[in-house]
Amino acid sequence: MAEINVSVNGRAYTRDVEPRTLLVHFLRDAIGLTGTHVGCDTSQCGACTVLLDGRGVKSCTVLAVQANGAQVTTIEGLETNGALHPLQAAFREAHGLQCGFCTPGMIMSSVDLLSHNPHPTEGEIRHALEGNLCRCTGYHNIVKAVQIAANTMAAGGSAVAAD
Amino acid sequence: MYPASFEYHPAASVQDALALLAKYGDEPKLLAGGHSLIPVMKLRFASPAHLIDIGRIPALSAITDGGSAVHIGATARHASVVSSPVVRQKVPLLAEVASHIGDPLIRNMGTIGGSLAHADPAADLPAAMLALGATLVATGPAGTRTIAADDFFTDVFTTALHPGEMLTEIRVPARGAGSGGAYEKNPDPASGYAIVGIAAQVQVSGGTITAARVGMTGLGPKAMRLAAVEGALTGKPATAATVAAAAAHAADGLVFVDDARGSAAYKGNLARVHTRRALARALAAATA
Repeated sequence: MAEINVSVNGRAYTRDVEPRTLLVHFLRDAIGLTGTHVGCDTSQCGACTVLLDGRGVKSCTVLAVQANGAQVTTIEGLETNGALHPLQAAFREAHGLQCGFCTPGMIMSSVDLLSHNPHPTEGEIRHALEGNLCRCTGYHNIVKAVQIAANTMAAGGSAVAAD
Repeated sequence: MYPASFEYHPAASVQDALALLAKYGDEPKLLAGGHSLIPVMKLRFASPAHLIDIGRIPALSAITDGGSAVHIGATARHASVVSSPVVRQKVPLLAEVASHIGDPLIRNMGTIGGSLAHADPAADLPAAMLALGATLVATGPAGTRTIAADDFFTDVFTTALHPGEMLTEIRVPARGAGSGGAYEKNPDPASGYAIVGIAAQVQVSGGTITAARVGMTGLGPKAMRLAAVEGALTGKPATAATVAAAAAHAADGLVFVDDARGSAAYKGNLARVHTRRALARALAAATA
């Protein structure tokens, strides 16, 4: 076992983990944050995307011990006092999801994109989401949602009250 | 899927990592970003008893301007290579090739040294190393030695690194006026790996191609230079006709098999088409 200290959504966790524990299993099973999904489990679909020290990574291909000392942000960490993050609100508004399985990863990749490129073109959005697969939507409404969120955030909007 | 159990050893320095390598003999694997290693461990193609984490050695990920060459630490992440101003200015072909690896999320974790040491025959970076004439720096118990990219890739998933050694730095000769490069890739639609990838770097002086290096990945047991193509370029005028004549040799000496990725004839055609496209863009960049 290895002891790790990880900050998840701003809260510090100290846990003993088997070194082979994948970050996604640490988040889902050790901490109980099940918003991060396991899709393909082979580094392709991106459903497991989280932010590791601010950059999007596929948490099915990261060992929990690699996150020792790091800051992790998951989909659960985006809301503020019950208000949705602009990306969450935009995915709802633009109908950027159908079954919703890929959505946490799509949103976390989009958070990464907008953090270093606040005004992406449609092409840049599509390239930024190359590592996230959706089997329902055909992607168009996902791209629209990211565009809406970029506009909201550029206009100074932050969180949107959830129903 | 879980990897088989292993013992985890974070290394604080290169010396620390080498000591751990010596201590555990043939059993350990080095972990950098893990984006080649962890997938094969999850599939149980590899079950190392010990993992030595070199991803926590700060000095090992630096990208610095060494004057005549760009020095890239082995654990520099692909995203860092793509966005590095010194890489983009002095060896733009490397930034272009690295931007084709996997997807943005993979490039945020995967490292240049990890990819090169893994030596996947369909990986992008080996083609760039060959086209750019890079030098790979290996550090072992006896000290440091340099390995030319031409000698580094020896077979499928096999390199010239010795047991007990680790790849610590990649030195890429800086490019100046009259030099141009380009990478043309046909990715497997599922994996993103190259069915074929052609990296070309040409030097043009007074309308004549004075030097050319062409690296191919995907269509052989390892990345290799296309010697017949290079030979048909050197000393010739920098024209579309030269490019077309040279690209016709792209499949010379290569043996293709029919498989799920395409027929042998299709692969030969892919090699020629992508070589022509890469050379045309490289020449345009060299003469821009």
